[in-house]
Amino acid sequence: MLHALANPARFLRLMGAIRPYAAAVAVIGLVVGLGWGLLYSPPDYQQGETVRIMYIHVPAAWMAMFIYAAMAVASATALIWRHPVAELAAKASAPVGAAFTLICLITGSLWGKPMWGTWWVWDARLTSMLILFFLYLGYIALWEAFDDPSRAGRAAAILALVGAVNLPIIKFSVDWWNTLHQPASVMTLAGPKIHPDILWPLLITAIGAKGYYVWVLSLRVRAEILQRQARILRFSAATDRRAG
Amino acid sequence: MPKPGRRLVVTTKGAAVRKGMSRKRKRLLAVLGLVAGLGIAVTLVLSAFNENLVFFHSPSDVVEKQLPPDKRFRIGGLVLQDSVKRDGLVTEFTVTDLRHEVRVSYTGILPDLFREGQGVVANGKLDRQGRFIAAEVLAKHDENYMPPEVADALKKSGQWHENNGDHLKLVKPGS
Repeated sequence: MLHALANPARFLRLMGAIRPYAAAVAVIGLVVGLGWGLLYSPPDYQQGETVRIMYIHVPAAWMAMFIYAAMAVASATALIWRHPVAELAAKASAPVGAAFTLICLITGSLWGKPMWGTWWVWDARLTSMLILFFLYLGYIALWEAFDDPSRAGRAAAILALVGAVNLPIIKFSVDWWNTLHQPASVMTLAGPKIHPDILWPLLITAIGAKGYYVWVLSLRVRAEILQRQARILRFSAATDRRAG
Repeated sequence: MPKPGRRLVVTTKGAAVRKGMSRKRKRLLAVLGLVAGLGIAVTLVLSAFNENLVFFHSPSDVVEKQLPPDKRFRIGGLVLQDSVKRDGLVTEFTVTDLRHEVRVSYTGILPDLFREGQGVVANGKLDRQGRFIAAEVLAKHDENYMPPEVADALKKSGQWHENNGDHLKLVKPGS
């Protein structure tokens, strides 16, 4: 399976086959989930209408962590098995993950002001999420810091792996330390602590966001593969000219 | 500029085929070692700095650790029922973790969520009388979300669990 996907042509074919379904999941999930959540779901007993920020904030936070985890797995695959497509998949994921992290930070700040009374505090959850954003930026910057893509890829992959330590810290920060941010509401051992009328639109939006990621990833990886092929063609054309 | 000429590619490929397994194995072990080593290192560092990573102290910390006056820190807990006294902009209330209590005084506008039974985090310092003079009060809400009608129905049927400070880790789940 892994080795079959290492063939860029086969990977492109698979991505092409998945793309329309991912796009459909993204459009339907985001339209239905956000429409339901923002317009038709009930207000919260405590937070009133402000709770609607959750329908953007929480899926963005989940995507920020999910994409980083995917990037770390792809980077490990690239490092160990020299899997060229995995490296490109990680590279193509980073800006998407960074964008979701930024959305999470901004909506969290907008939510914090009316509810907590502050835009920002340096508690463990908020700080570890900010570090995740910087890890994404560092990863993107590292790719650009080398002229040789194979060296850049290796350095960036190691950073992605090292940064993965932050993921459990983000997830469990609210359990390990006193934080202003409340503990987990959905992924808890005791089950979700959100009423179904609020939980369903949230989950549908989250599925839509996952679909969006797969959709955009397939397009971005294709662009990366084509770019790399164009580069190889340019080089071989140049060497042929020199030889001839 | 690097020149990935054809001969170079062929030689690397040949080498990979000849010594492929052992190299992959080595890289796998190196990656696993990196992640494991880093995980252990970070765990040690975080547990060493545990005390500095808490965002706020509980009233029990304040009482038991004898935090000195004039040292700025944050205190968190529930606003005790019937403890809020307002006098113009000055609000006095008691913060409890259900074991110990600290009286807090704050001058200014409180966040909308502030009320009795609500979790709060206040930033300030203790005065000589052991009263906490807050410069800032933040509201902390719990992880439960439900429509107001459901909350009302729960209250009516007696199923409502008054905010027991789950989100402040005051009451351990299950106890």
